[in-house]
Amino acid sequence: MGSYIFKRLISAVPVLLGITIIVFLIMSLIPGDPATAILGSYATPENVEKLNRDLGLDKPLVQRYFIWLGNMLTGDFGRSFSLNRPVLDEILERFNATLILAGTSFVICSLLGILAGVVSAARQYGFADKAITFVVLIGISVPSFFLGMMMILLFAVNLGWLPVSGMYAIYGGGDLPDLARHLIMPATALAAVATGVIARLSRSAMLEVLRQDYIRTARAKGVPERRVIMGHALRAAMVSIIPVLGIQAGFVLSGAVYIEIVFQWPGVGRMLVDAILTRDLLLVQGGVVFVAACYVLFNIAVDVAQSLLDPRIKT
Amino acid sequence: MSTFLKLLFRNRLAAMGAVILAVIVLAVLAVPLLPLQDPDVTATADRFKRPFTDGHLLGTDHLGRDLLSRLLHGTRLSLAIGVAAALIAATIGSAIGIIAGYFGGRTDNIIMRTVDMLMAFPYILLALAIVAALGPGLMNALIAVAAVNIPFFARNIRGITVGLAGREFIDAARLAGMGHARIILTELLPNVLPVIVIAMSTTVGWMILETAGLSFLGLGSQPPQADLGSMLGEARSAMISHPHTSIVPGLMIFLIVMSINLLGDGVRDALDPRLRSGALSRPLPTTLVERSGDIPEPTDDLLAIQDLHTQFHVGARNYRAVGGVSLAVRPGECLGVIGESGSGKSVTALSVMGLVASPPGVITGGAVRYQGEDLIGAPYETLRKKRGDHVAYIFQDPLSTLHPLYSVGDQLAEAILSHHKIGKAEARRRAIELLRDVRIPNAESRVDNYPHEMSGGMRQRVGIAMALANEPDVIIADEPTTALDVTVQAQILALLDDLRRDRGLAIVFITHDFGVVAQLCDRVAVMYAGRIVEEGPTTAVLDAPAHPYTKRLIACVPELGGGRRELAAIPGLPPVVSDLPAGCAFAPRCDKAQESCRAGEIDLKGSAPRAVRCLYPEEAV
Repeated sequence: MGSYIFKRLISAVPVLLGITIIVFLIMSLIPGDPATAILGSYATPENVEKLNRDLGLDKPLVQRYFIWLGNMLTGDFGRSFSLNRPVLDEILERFNATLILAGTSFVICSLLGILAGVVSAARQYGFADKAITFVVLIGISVPSFFLGMMMILLFAVNLGWLPVSGMYAIYGGGDLPDLARHLIMPATALAAVATGVIARLSRSAMLEVLRQDYIRTARAKGVPERRVIMGHALRAAMVSIIPVLGIQAGFVLSGAVYIEIVFQWPGVGRMLVDAILTRDLLLVQGGVVFVAACYVLFNIAVDVAQSLLDPRIKT
Repeated sequence: MSTFLKLLFRNRLAAMGAVILAVIVLAVLAVPLLPLQDPDVTATADRFKRPFTDGHLLGTDHLGRDLLSRLLHGTRLSLAIGVAAALIAATIGSAIGIIAGYFGGRTDNIIMRTVDMLMAFPYILLALAIVAALGPGLMNALIAVAAVNIPFFARNIRGITVGLAGREFIDAARLAGMGHARIILTELLPNVLPVIVIAMSTTVGWMILETAGLSFLGLGSQPPQADLGSMLGEARSAMISHPHTSIVPGLMIFLIVMSINLLGDGVRDALDPRLRSGALSRPLPTTLVERSGDIPEPTDDLLAIQDLHTQFHVGARNYRAVGGVSLAVRPGECLGVIGESGSGKSVTALSVMGLVASPPGVITGGAVRYQGEDLIGAPYETLRKKRGDHVAYIFQDPLSTLHPLYSVGDQLAEAILSHHKIGKAEARRRAIELLRDVRIPNAESRVDNYPHEMSGGMRQRVGIAMALANEPDVIIADEPTTALDVTVQAQILALLDDLRRDRGLAIVFITHDFGVVAQLCDRVAVMYAGRIVEEGPTTAVLDAPAHPYTKRLIACVPELGGGRRELAAIPGLPPVVSDLPAGCAFAPRCDKAQESCRAGEIDLKGSAPRAVRCLYPEEAV
């Protein structure tokens, strides 16, 4: 097992390098002089020249890439001019908040989605199946940012059950129950689409598996139906559900950008949007590379989970 | 095509999606013709008018602009941008995919590695990076969304192309001297195009949503121009005091995405051939029973199948897979059931414990009695307690009938634990014992193997061990040796024969192989088109077959050392059981058939234990 994890980590190195190259190339698409783009058109020529030197922008493209990569590997992501602090410090602080939001959402959509899919398949064409299919259809069609706004309107403004936005109450907040109260709405809104997608996939994966001969074998030997569904069928269906969980984690992370804006959640997504609007490109560049790298590592964890489940995968 | 459309519109949800989408598209196309107010004219005196006020059907926004007009213009912009992004992504992505798939080798490798890397990003990060570099704006948002979706098309289309590039017609085109460009454009593209269109129809909704999302973040369309996303984004600050300005564009995005989703699902379902046959239904825990007619009286046999009727209801068609079969076994007896594929022998076997997949299977008549108790229509729990404990099955092809993700030990232990309250360790000890009983060497280490780590013969032994786990009285073996080679087959048969003699097991042995019947069975029943056409003691049937079908079936078996002999295949095919002819089902293939054979019902008759269903039997019975 250890050697399998090691192998997967090694195989991630080219992917991570590829990610830095892609981000670097996209950033070099910036029309005109990057230093001017960063500092704005009112910058003095001296400042522009100084920044060009600082960023190494006077050097050739390939050399610039390696300088940037080397700096990143030593933990130097540059300095955000709009926040006037190191990019990495800002990212780490923000990423923590995103992780809490996206992580909670991911747990919600995985558990709820798989459960809904299993119930739907086991009661195919029954009332539960139809009800779930209907809710899922709505779930995957509502834009998460609109859903979030409507939830605020209903649960925070009209009913007053939950706080409107933010991560902690400004006065007297900061403990876990406070965080949980702030987390409920954004995490649910963020999970909606992924829950729907996972539920659909789980349903069809379960239906596919339930027709297999080994399910008939399990029934033929007298295994109780509950165990046939929750054991034999679900376990086999997980083989095709787990990779989709990995993909949906990416969608949850993406959706977090919208949800963080709607709920004023102090995460990386909001930071990135603000950075784009203030043209703080080093912050964008660093944030994108950092989050993408985390996602690659997460997918390795998904592969490892898959290999634990399926003995046919050579480890 | 017309069946496709029929299927699509039989799906009410898909039709609903199509109607909603058509209404939206028509409304948007008619925008220049409609008497709408200018969407960008501000009138601060009229700000935040509620819906249904005079002159403003949907009210006004924070600058007093007419919401209906802005909604329709915004929808038009959002749809146009989404469709444009989909077209760009599909064109570039498919071109890349076709090139990678067609040329293969290093080209393919480099392209696909790059695609993999692009797909390693959560999609919005890539889009944000592109917008960050190019600057906010609707065109840049379009480019970002299209670019982000290119890898999806490239990967899908490459997969299809690789499959096609190896096919004969591409080779033929190459041999005919056609150039690469021409082959791609005239041979490949027409075959790939439907896939591209389907992929586009399933992603266009996403792309509309994604561009709306970027605009919502303020990175897409810039004021005063507004698509649905930026309308929603602008309305957000007034959401609490004037929710209608948010709800109007939000609902529109929802309606568009939902209708596209509904339509896309409908298209996918209509194209999936499995849905037409109903094969995507999950089988219920027991076969459905809709029994009509009299229920036969109990007998003193151990297991008796009496006048069993099992059908498959697929759409309007009824396939009569089993049309009145009666069989019985006593303890220690081995009954062979023989017939071609599709003769209904497996369905008969599966009906016993309600294991015929339903839907579409339905038991429509007769009885199955275990020790006199009728099991047809018995409650699930009654059947479950008998399954494996009293009546056990051995199935064909143990690679698909054993669960791939559980070790064989766990699967054996589970069979025991389903019927007996014993500890896990005890169950494992029993599992090892069972593996020894079926003569698997190194049972202690084999018990932790997964099915894929064993040979075919070994897996079949596991299947037999599983059937023996609870020491049943009856074993129903459904072609248990068909997937095996001859020497392994002989060993398995010897094993079954020993078990029956040692333990007094009754075996119902289903096969299409007369050699196996001769070796193992005391009695044999021959099935054709869902009915028994002949039965009797094995030697009597083999030596003097009475039914023309049996005779010809035996004539099909090559004899070892029998010299050169012409093998007489039976001309024609077994009838489709949805449309059985009147009278003898074999008549169309029988060279002795008379008018009377086709006239009506022919009874199974003779002096017990021999019986035949034929008016002109080869031998009198």
